[in-house]
Amino acid sequence: MTTVTLDKAAPTRKVKYGSMSRDRTWALRWSYLFLVIFAIFSLTPPVYMLITSLKSSAEISAATNPWWVFHPTIDNYLGLLTSNQFLRFFWNSAMVSVFVVTITMLISVPAAFALARMRFWGSTVLATGVFLTYLIPETLLFIPLFKMFAVIGDFTGIQLINKWYVLLILYPTLTVPFCTWIMIGYFASIPKELDEAAIIDGASWFQTLTRIFIPVALPGLIAATIFAFTVSWAQFLYPLVFTTSTDQLVMPVGIITTLIKGDVFNWGQIMTGALLGAAPPLIIYAFLMDYYIAGLTAGATKG
Amino acid sequence: MAEVSLRKVVKRYDEVEAVRGIDLDIADHEFVVLVGPSGCGKSTTLRMIAGLEDISDGDIMIGGDVVNDVPPKDRDIAMVFQNYALYPHMTVAENMSFGLRLKKYPKAEIKSRVDEAARMLDISELIDRKPKQLSGGQRQRVAMGRAIVRNPKVFLFDEPLSNLDAKLRVQMRIEIKKVHQKVRTTTVYVTHDQVEAMTLADRVVVMNHGRIEQIGTPNELYHNPATRFVASFIGSPAMNFIPCQLEDAAGKLQVRLTDKLAFPLPPARAARYQKVSRTDKLLLGIRPEHITEASAHAEEAGVENFDTVLDVTEPMGMETLIYFPLQGAQVCGRVNPNAGARDGAPLRLAVDLNNMHLLNEVTGAVL
Repeated sequence: MTTVTLDKAAPTRKVKYGSMSRDRTWALRWSYLFLVIFAIFSLTPPVYMLITSLKSSAEISAATNPWWVFHPTIDNYLGLLTSNQFLRFFWNSAMVSVFVVTITMLISVPAAFALARMRFWGSTVLATGVFLTYLIPETLLFIPLFKMFAVIGDFTGIQLINKWYVLLILYPTLTVPFCTWIMIGYFASIPKELDEAAIIDGASWFQTLTRIFIPVALPGLIAATIFAFTVSWAQFLYPLVFTTSTDQLVMPVGIITTLIKGDVFNWGQIMTGALLGAAPPLIIYAFLMDYYIAGLTAGATKG
Repeated sequence: MAEVSLRKVVKRYDEVEAVRGIDLDIADHEFVVLVGPSGCGKSTTLRMIAGLEDISDGDIMIGGDVVNDVPPKDRDIAMVFQNYALYPHMTVAENMSFGLRLKKYPKAEIKSRVDEAARMLDISELIDRKPKQLSGGQRQRVAMGRAIVRNPKVFLFDEPLSNLDAKLRVQMRIEIKKVHQKVRTTTVYVTHDQVEAMTLADRVVVMNHGRIEQIGTPNELYHNPATRFVASFIGSPAMNFIPCQLEDAAGKLQVRLTDKLAFPLPPARAARYQKVSRTDKLLLGIRPEHITEASAHAEEAGVENFDTVLDVTEPMGMETLIYFPLQGAQVCGRVNPNAGARDGAPLRLAVDLNNMHLLNEVTGAVL
């Protein structure tokens, strides 16, 4: 009896699951197709950069297959890494990024905590306002900002233009709103009872932030840190406008302004510089990727 | 340890009044349970005692001091939340000692208090684990441990067992009772589960629509409810309410349910209801355990027999619940599993009118 039932049931089940799995197979095929296209699309430039960075200027301008290195050389790397100027750019970039990340976190974490938890008059409007400021593009802001700093310089004698530290004022206008917004979302996903428990346990608001919220929201904090670092490391427009002397330049601007002489493009070194410049964010991403993804998806699934 | 008093406490959210002027005195060492359906204001009341919600009007006193404007941390209370609210990045020991560490207690004392609480709650083995490595029941123990180590004046429990499965809930209920027997701290406990309220409380406060319906010991509430709401909320299955009328027949008082069915009242009840208007719309309130199979009773005063046809029967093992229609109401009774109750079958039942209640259908008051 049992066997008969099983025999009857088996074909129906097979058809049902068979069709489901066929759907799934096709879905996977399409996914892979688009993933491969996307991977090729996004990996082509860095691969081309790597190939070019390993070529001499003569080979770059020779009419050979541009996708192959016939005489590999590390001269470009040696040239840049032994150049005081390049190391100066790297150092400036590092200084600016580290300071900007620190300033951003010092402002946006308490701001986000206040906006997410300490309900006060206008807090909701303020939270939206914070995000809206992020939507204003820097291309719209750099002229008035430049004017502003010039006027400040005239009146107070504090010279901000053409100093690397002017970037410490400028970059946070980009990083603080976005990081605050990320952290608001993250803090909001922490159950309300957690801070209530801390308050009943005798914690002040500051202790609740430092001893409960920051450790619990660490993935979000890391995501915000990576974001702030990437923005300040890769920022091009503001340093191009606000800094001009070679000793004040950060890497993205420094590479372009010093390695392009008139209409002569030193492609090998430009590519090498770009690759070396991309290394720090890449290393940070590689180590903190899991946290970053956890941070980006937080709030989506938290019940 | 301290007594807690609420005087005309009101909580308003814009237009809505969540708590409408309640008065409550909780004695030192007492275990009081606030119970009621969701939205009745019980959790808001607890949160006002904790200081997590401001009071719109009235006074709250802990240990004789008005604490209306005292922040939660200075009220010397400890709270256990429904979702445990354990700090996920701390171990069990760190969770339990967090409050003591903030108050800068000496390390040795913190350790001895944590160890003692852990022993009491049987979680000594788990002391170095993180909350995510614990089961629901273990987490709730840790949450209780966190409250116990502080040695506060008052324990506040906000539906602490609602997240647990039925079996664990019963187990933890007993644990909570044991803990209270040991530490004797004044406790205010909020739940929507009337079984929890009955089993745990020294006194139960039944709330509805932001007001207190009745305060009393579990037995008082069960046997002498003041309103229809309390009568129906306490007890499971709930009390039956059957439309009826009071009438005089040959100098005796009787309740008439249908044209053919009327029960003479036993003397004690007759005396009590003598002054009730004969024209009022009334409800006969009778608990399921007072409707049993007739064969279980010999001639007893106040026990009346009647015949009915059962709609549905629910065998529970130790008893069978029976349901039958009467005057438009679905009436529930409890009979012996061997009484021969079957779906759709006729059965002769006995109603024990010594335990009846008479309610005014309009006001809901128990007469």
